[in-house]
Amino acid sequence: MKKAKTSKFFAKNAQLLIPLIAILLLVIFNLIRDPSFFSIGISANNRGDPVLQGNLVSILNGASELVILAMGMTLVTAAAGGQDISVGALAAIAGSVFVKILKGGAVTGPTVLLAFLACCVAAMLFGAFNGSLVAFFRIQPMIATLILFTCGRSIAYWINGGATPTVESPIINAIGSFIPGIPIPTPILIVIVMGILFGLVFRFTTLSLYVQTVGINQGAARLNGVNTVGIKLLAFIILGVCCAVAGTIGVSRLGLINHETLLINIEMDAILAVAIGGNNLGGGKFKMLGSVLGAYAIQMLTITLYAMKVPSTDVKAYKAVVIIILVVMGSPVVKNSMSRFWKKLKRNHPAGEKEVA
Amino acid sequence: MQDDVVLTMRGICKYFPGVKALENVDFTLRKGTIHALMGENGAGKSTLIKVLTGVYPMDGGEIRIDGVEDAIVIRSPQEAQGYGISTVYQEITLCPNLTVAENMFIGRSRKSRVDWKQMEKRSGELLQKLGIPARPKQQLGNCSLAVQQMVAIARAVDTDCKVLILDEPTSSLDDKEVEMLFTLMRQLKESGVGIIFVTHFLEQVYAVSDQITVLRNGQLVGEYEVRELPQVKLVEKMIGKDLEDLSSMKKKETVLDGEDFYEARGLASTESRPFDFHIAAGEVNGFTGLLGSGRSESVRAIFGADPVTGGTVKVNGKQVKISKPLDAMKQGIGYLPEDRKRDGIIADLSVRENIILALQVIQGMGHPISRAKAEAFADEYIKALAIKTASSDTPVGSLSGGNQQKVILARWLLTHPQYLILDEPTRGIDVGTKTEIQKLVLQLAEDGKSITFISSEIEEMLRTCSRLIVMRDRNIVGELKGDELSQERVMRTIAGGGE
Repeated sequence: MKKAKTSKFFAKNAQLLIPLIAILLLVIFNLIRDPSFFSIGISANNRGDPVLQGNLVSILNGASELVILAMGMTLVTAAAGGQDISVGALAAIAGSVFVKILKGGAVTGPTVLLAFLACCVAAMLFGAFNGSLVAFFRIQPMIATLILFTCGRSIAYWINGGATPTVESPIINAIGSFIPGIPIPTPILIVIVMGILFGLVFRFTTLSLYVQTVGINQGAARLNGVNTVGIKLLAFIILGVCCAVAGTIGVSRLGLINHETLLINIEMDAILAVAIGGNNLGGGKFKMLGSVLGAYAIQMLTITLYAMKVPSTDVKAYKAVVIIILVVMGSPVVKNSMSRFWKKLKRNHPAGEKEVA
Repeated sequence: MQDDVVLTMRGICKYFPGVKALENVDFTLRKGTIHALMGENGAGKSTLIKVLTGVYPMDGGEIRIDGVEDAIVIRSPQEAQGYGISTVYQEITLCPNLTVAENMFIGRSRKSRVDWKQMEKRSGELLQKLGIPARPKQQLGNCSLAVQQMVAIARAVDTDCKVLILDEPTSSLDDKEVEMLFTLMRQLKESGVGIIFVTHFLEQVYAVSDQITVLRNGQLVGEYEVRELPQVKLVEKMIGKDLEDLSSMKKKETVLDGEDFYEARGLASTESRPFDFHIAAGEVNGFTGLLGSGRSESVRAIFGADPVTGGTVKVNGKQVKISKPLDAMKQGIGYLPEDRKRDGIIADLSVRENIILALQVIQGMGHPISRAKAEAFADEYIKALAIKTASSDTPVGSLSGGNQQKVILARWLLTHPQYLILDEPTRGIDVGTKTEIQKLVLQLAEDGKSITFISSEIEEMLRTCSRLIVMRDRNIVGELKGDELSQERVMRTIAGGGE
């Protein structure tokens, strides 16, 4: 009985295999290359607080924005059967709004909260714009979001009148690096909070069922009373919130908004994370955990390459090679032949014969 | 191998996780014969065909074909074609936006250059030889479904074809088109092709086949000559139980004058013309008419499936507005759509998720049905409707057609509807399930539910409905009840000679 349960668990989570294998291989590779790669130490930062340090921490920390965007991207992909390529631009807009509000006066707890809420609302509005193009006007997601992809960073530029203003405050510092007294980088904590929030939403609403239903068979979803337009719109609005959170983290790390470089090219990594996570880019069934693991795998790869002293201009090329391998491993052709091979192995060593009955 | 035999399959086995789909099945096809492959849903017909065409690898047994010394192994549909085994599937798999000639020849030559003139000439000859009423240059999408089906057959037999497999070729054709198809099949038979004919229509088997092989639960029941096997015997062999059940079914004749549960005046949608309609609690009525007469569009209007453009609707005597499916669902109306693949199932989701979907939507987004409850609901209906599935976790798309239909039925039954609209609930499913569904309909009516039933089989409608609404050319042209409910009378009304 127990055995049947575990095999069932593996069957249901088979799609997590690729990102897990990728992470595992990277871990092994790094341990062989440099046994101290994953050592974690505690040291005092420049304010004298003890903080965690090490490659592992910087991987988890550095991946935060990507993980959060990959979460939202998973929903949009599943519901709309396409990807949003404007997430980087939208995060830049959200970051600009965040800074703009804080520039207006003293940086205190309430004003930071207000600024964050304002940038959330702005990002949700832009998300709704993307969403209505996709859901209502039935434009392909990639084309619909191309608009904001193109003009998003210009909008971010206008918001602060062309400057790259800085905000300096212990609160901003606490968001972007460490809360005094807590040795874990705050972005990691924010990812955990987002994960819990999504978990609660999936637990206490039917969002996941509806999103998958709409993504698999829109016509049938409608005939069963599901508001298909509403669900797609909602997916884009939720992704908007993710952009706002990612933008806020990005701005807080540096204490300034650079509309040109903030989270640049992150949309492609976010889409890639969804794909490596074994989710169908054509929509339908999804596993958000897959995308999250995919995002960490991508970040781990980047850090590994940097640790190997690969020049930053070459990193992308090396990354591409690994990504080709991952994507081919997850392709239906390889999957099918793997499962055939697996079956053959099983037949030659019949152990679980009883299952048939 | 005997001289007249073109294909033998011996001891074929095929296992899926938890299911023995085929066990020791034998099948023999002779030259110049039409051999019907019969069985209920899940009997293994499709699996056998897929093994033969290389879609599934087989787990045991051997296949021999005329002209090849050794037993052959078929690993892909291309290889099957190489051995002269061609298949025409239920769903038409051609390209509707290309011409007839292009569809017949495309992808069949290794050359990169196409000789259009030659192609047109050859397809013209072939069409004429086979008596297919289509021109080579005509766009395929403009042809009727029957002609498209025949073009698919022409494409299949133009290669050196020894075995032609027709998988449910008639399920979307009307009687005249079926006759056309049969003429073509007989012609091919004369020319020596062995035809495997998979269908659910008993009459068609008797009209055109020479032999019948019956499968049940993945096992061979037997091979019979058609003239030696009366229809009743065949059904018995297929479902493995006596048919007394069917005759003991009795429909309710009363309740026609009961309180109306639902009443519509001048109801119209973007797809249907204005019509009046009412149904009493405990009544079973039906819309009948030819395909395209507007019967499906009318019931879709009742459910709000197409945008409603006018009319007033009363439910339980109170005026309500039903402009989208959710409105109807909230009034206790359920709708089982005609095309279960396109409008019914959510193929990749589990049986469980498919069953709870409608109830979940009615309850609303903030009130998810707990996993334990969903599990219990699913198990209850899997048992009650005898749905054949490995577990409630199985994706519904991997079930056979009849079982998918039962899942959708379960979905609506779970909402405890007051009024259930069933559009072709028995299409493309086996006799046993058909009977079960008909019984279920009568049982629901007994419990005071209202049912509107659509079926292209008039007998089935006469067995279940106490009132028939006849449609022609998108208008209601008659209403029959009581003594008027006879096959002949219905036919006459449909045809327009009744008044």
